[in-house]
Amino acid sequence: MRYGETGYFLEIDLSTGNIEKVESDPRWLELYVGGQGSADRILWDRVPPEVEPFSPDNLLIFSAGLFCGTPIPGANRTIVNTFSPQTNLHAHTMMGSYFAPEMKFAGYDKIIIKGKADKLVYIYICDDKVEIRDASHLKGLGTYDTQEVLKKELGHRFQIAAIGPAGENRVFYASIDHSHASAARGAGAVMGDKRVKAIAIKGTKDLYVANPQKAFELGNRLRKEIAENPHVGDWMAVDEDDSFHHDNFAWGNARVRRKGYWTPEIEERFTRIKYDHLDRQTGCFNCPKRCHNVISWPGRKRFSYKCFGKDTYHMAAFQELDFSYDILGVAQNLGLDSYTTPQVIAFALELYEAGILTDNDLPGMPNDIKGRFFYFLDKIVKREGIGDILADGVYWAARKIGKGAEAFDHNTTKKFEQVPIKLGKLNPPYFLMIATGEKMNITQIEGSFPQDPLPTREEREEFVRGWIAAKDERFKKWFLEWEKREMVTIEMACAITEWNEAMHYIDDATGLCGFVSSFRGQFGGRTVYHIHNIPEFITVITGVEFDEEKLWTVYKRNRNLVRALNVRRGMRREDEKPPEDHWAVRNHEYEQILLDCYYEYQGWTKQGIPTVETLKKLDLDFVAEDFLKRGILTGNDEVPNVYEKYKDKYPWGI
Amino acid sequence: MEGQKVKKKIKEIRFDMDKCNGCRCCEIVCSQVHANPKYSSVNPAKSRIRVIIDEFADNYVAIRAGQYTEAECNARNSFTIRGREFGTCEFCPAACPSRDAFKDPESGLPFKCDACEGEDSDIPMCVKECHSGALTYIEREVEVEPHTTDELQVSVATLLKRHGLEKVVDTIAKVAKEL
Repeated sequence: MRYGETGYFLEIDLSTGNIEKVESDPRWLELYVGGQGSADRILWDRVPPEVEPFSPDNLLIFSAGLFCGTPIPGANRTIVNTFSPQTNLHAHTMMGSYFAPEMKFAGYDKIIIKGKADKLVYIYICDDKVEIRDASHLKGLGTYDTQEVLKKELGHRFQIAAIGPAGENRVFYASIDHSHASAARGAGAVMGDKRVKAIAIKGTKDLYVANPQKAFELGNRLRKEIAENPHVGDWMAVDEDDSFHHDNFAWGNARVRRKGYWTPEIEERFTRIKYDHLDRQTGCFNCPKRCHNVISWPGRKRFSYKCFGKDTYHMAAFQELDFSYDILGVAQNLGLDSYTTPQVIAFALELYEAGILTDNDLPGMPNDIKGRFFYFLDKIVKREGIGDILADGVYWAARKIGKGAEAFDHNTTKKFEQVPIKLGKLNPPYFLMIATGEKMNITQIEGSFPQDPLPTREEREEFVRGWIAAKDERFKKWFLEWEKREMVTIEMACAITEWNEAMHYIDDATGLCGFVSSFRGQFGGRTVYHIHNIPEFITVITGVEFDEEKLWTVYKRNRNLVRALNVRRGMRREDEKPPEDHWAVRNHEYEQILLDCYYEYQGWTKQGIPTVETLKKLDLDFVAEDFLKRGILTGNDEVPNVYEKYKDKYPWGI
Repeated sequence: MEGQKVKKKIKEIRFDMDKCNGCRCCEIVCSQVHANPKYSSVNPAKSRIRVIIDEFADNYVAIRAGQYTEAECNARNSFTIRGREFGTCEFCPAACPSRDAFKDPESGLPFKCDACEGEDSDIPMCVKECHSGALTYIEREVEVEPHTTDELQVSVATLLKRHGLEKVVDTIAKVAKEL
């Protein structure tokens, strides 16, 4: 009997049509917890580095986090992993709403898809009945349209994850959409390459917990805590003051910061637009929060967004909220990621202004900015003309276009568009997070330690008093003494980066949402889930003893496994750098020392490769052996050995 | 005494669809309460309350399992709500032969909401765990006319009117013999 997890993976080979329900190794729960952790073990075992992302041998893995479908509230993440055509590296993406719990109720912890169908199909799953079905009637349909058609055909109890025409045409930043949630970062393109239009799933099975009485009480208590805690969920769903993004993030092609843009008049106008068109605020499965704003815009599909999602298009286009509302429903139905897409379009428009792209490249392009954004959406989704080039993202498009276009690619790291932020002075933990993060988006890396210090000692003391989520006493001491954003020692920067990342790795294994856990500590410090209570919850749900140290080791194992996957595909130190203009004031000498120190802190070589010793400590001997066999490690590899010397240094103290 | 009204307790779970956030916590706790052993599993398909969600039409409707019926409806209504068509079945609380709703997915036995009787809670758990306030619970006493005529008398009278005395008597004799 397995608790919390179903104990089964669903294996689907699209090339042969073979479908199998395979029992998973029970020891993996203790080693990886679940979710992305065990998905990465599968990617390691079964996808060698020579496999191209668009090869039938690449896998597309949908994982339900360990807590999904259990009484633990706020756990509903479907984590999708594969190798991305954009980065040629590990792809991490996820979505909330109902899909992962439904997988559990159908009896599966994972859906593992390999091969490639010879025509467009959808995967039908109703408990043990699994079929690969013809999807020719869904060809070209949007993500929302597809869900509507399939729900009509199969019944509204089916949960559906679908790609739109962007995914079908393998746009690198195509999304997989489900209900009011969406997953991109490479996975939509791979789903399209495999010619899977959608997965429709319904489950009617029991998902057991190890300690029923405790799990019941725990779920009810935590649900109340989440509902009543103003420091979890998306406060931006209700706080109409969005100066945070508009004044601090960069507009256009991550180009212009407009300090003082936000005014009471703008706030009033945006608030009115929102509430005039707001149908509802919704939450995900088993979560009392209301993070999604559901909007009806005249003549468009009803859509939803959360957090920064409402700003990306109008900030890229120097417009206002009405423009985002006009385009979001269209873009999301087409299956385009709303972080990357506006940046790609703003980049193309800069190339046009610079004369690198000309009217010949852009036949029929309208004169107005709004019309141009819709024009590019259409071209990109169809991979038509310039759209075919832009569909690969800014990095690849810049290199294909040439003629100096590379200089306009100023906001990518590891070939991936970063959040459009351009700031003043180098910030050490952010340098490390952006440089070494492998989840590609800072929102998937930052989150536990506050972004900024509090102005007075009294406020800091007050903050620290209720800060039970703090990993250990060091963080409290540091926070109490912290006065200026960039004044962080190397020791602090390493520890903050690690703790921030660790919580995301834990969430991506348990299926917890960052808004109640990993992402949310940075604003207020009062998350419902943290390193001190998650181990106990794992024990209540699974019956397997867990403590803080054991869970921390799982984080380290899962984190090193992702690094190992990427190192095996060629990622090295030279790839680990934030965009050059991320900060106006930098200190390159210090940054390289900082990077050395963090590599050492993690037990990695000067190239950022986990050493044999590090790997063996984490029971990743199979990775060590592979690295030695491939010559990635020699066996005499050392960490940089500079940490002790520099750990107390501040950015400008070297 | 004839004419004196009697008091009757009515338990009512009310649903405000405008407040629902679609979290389905009601389904989760209901299935835990009715699991065997108690609380041992989560399975929305075994919940006595189900939320019909159509996020694209922005429809959220909670339906609670009512009395099992052996008969199917032979004609049904359809409703169009915000552009989406719903059949009677979708809103019907009864487990019946024509559909799977409110039946145990393994045994096929019908479910009926018991308002969490026997649970250590003053209100049904689905309501307690609905933090959005969409579900509310009301217990009220109503005064009703006491039954002055025996229910069976009413039924027999209806049969006689429709089929005539002779046929009814014959049928009763025939059925009684078969029992």
